[in-house]
Amino acid sequence: MSAAPTADTGNGAAVPRFRRGVKLRHDAARGQWVLLAPEKAFVLDAIAAEILKLVDGARSLEGIASDLAQRFNAPRDVVSADIAAALADLARKGAIEW
Amino acid sequence: MVSSAAPSPPMGLIAEITHRCPLQCAYCANPLELTVPARELSTEQWRRVIDQSAKIGVLQFHFTGGEPLARKDLPELVAHAAKAGLYTNLITSGVLLDEAMMAALLAAGIDHIQLSFQEADAAAADHFGGYKGGHAKKLAAAARIRAAGLALTLNFVIHRQNMHHLPAMLALAEALQADRVEVAHAQYYGWALVNRAALLPTREQLDAANRQVAEARARLEGKIAIDYVVPDYYAARPKACMGGWGNRFIHIAPDGKALPCHAAESIPGMQFASVREMGLAEIWRHDPAFARFRGTDWMPEPCRSCDRREIDWGGCRCQALALTGDAAATDPACAKAPAHGVIEAIIAAPVENPPPLTPRRLKGM
Repeated sequence: MSAAPTADTGNGAAVPRFRRGVKLRHDAARGQWVLLAPEKAFVLDAIAAEILKLVDGARSLEGIASDLAQRFNAPRDVVSADIAAALADLARKGAIEW
Repeated sequence: MVSSAAPSPPMGLIAEITHRCPLQCAYCANPLELTVPARELSTEQWRRVIDQSAKIGVLQFHFTGGEPLARKDLPELVAHAAKAGLYTNLITSGVLLDEAMMAALLAAGIDHIQLSFQEADAAAADHFGGYKGGHAKKLAAAARIRAAGLALTLNFVIHRQNMHHLPAMLALAEALQADRVEVAHAQYYGWALVNRAALLPTREQLDAANRQVAEARARLEGKIAIDYVVPDYYAARPKACMGGWGNRFIHIAPDGKALPCHAAESIPGMQFASVREMGLAEIWRHDPAFARFRGTDWMPEPCRSCDRREIDWGGCRCQALALTGDAAATDPACAKAPAHGVIEAIIAAPVENPPPLTPRRLKGM
């Protein structure tokens, strides 16, 4: 298990993954992405959905950041910090672990 | 007046696939009038409900009962739901979850299992469940779920007669490596309403439980999530029953009746459509029973002008009925309700020696 990234220093090598029983699904009826978990459903905004589509238990935080920075032509350090914050929030809610 | 705007799609469907159950818990959420097996929907009818659910936007499909494993076609139904893209949840007592059934459910694509326990102590658990050897089978089921790598939630219903063991229940959840624990005080409908005097905790017991849950939450943070449901008789505000009537959930009874909540059939004079005759989309959007208490237009005062009307949704209709005789009244659990005195009188008169529990039984079985 890799260490969770911290807000100050980050830990780009950390690998996020979905916790047991957590699934990313496209919800056709509402036209949005949702994260489904035991007794919970998180409706995702477009950015969160793009991040979570890259969470596969193999890719590191930096790996995800590189991919998104390139695709959206955005500064990598900003993207990296945004991803760390979004995933930390989902970790607190019990959907992501490191 | 009923709002004519189309409701947003339901989040979850609760499929009460059977009322058969080897256990006899005296706080069972099933209605007093249990459905006999001959009246249950067929496999084909449930498959159709599953297909329609996915189509109208249901995200999570909850298999419950009775004991859902009492139906041999459960793995087939789970597989059908998983294939339809639904998140599949099984709510079970675990006593029928043997090795072969675990393998079948895993192959079917089950996402999450909620396993109920009646106590932490085996003898007491078997007493409350009315099933000798049940607790040992549940422990074996928990180990199987863990070994399968599935998400596991432990459900504990607590009440006057078992809540002194709450710390041991939480320790059991930790020992069984549960991901989540639900600790819910018995809710007084159906069988639990019959047995209320034997189940309702004292204020002191409730305070102790609140403290124990707070301590466990701090200790297990990031490890085990604890959901806690207090008895609303002691709460200042009512619970948002079902997240609002016809707002988030559809409940299907074993015989196919589509209900806004599991106890809705206790409300006299209401007619509920059956999935045998009507599609889910039609029921959700147009059935008068779903529209009856949906939103806020039906509300009396003080709900109507309350700033919590879209948080509490007026509380619970079945509780309003059970305690005031009027399903359209403000839930007496609310301190602002005209009938709140009914609740105050019940909790002010604690029973010294609780009466014996009436076990849940299916007539003729």
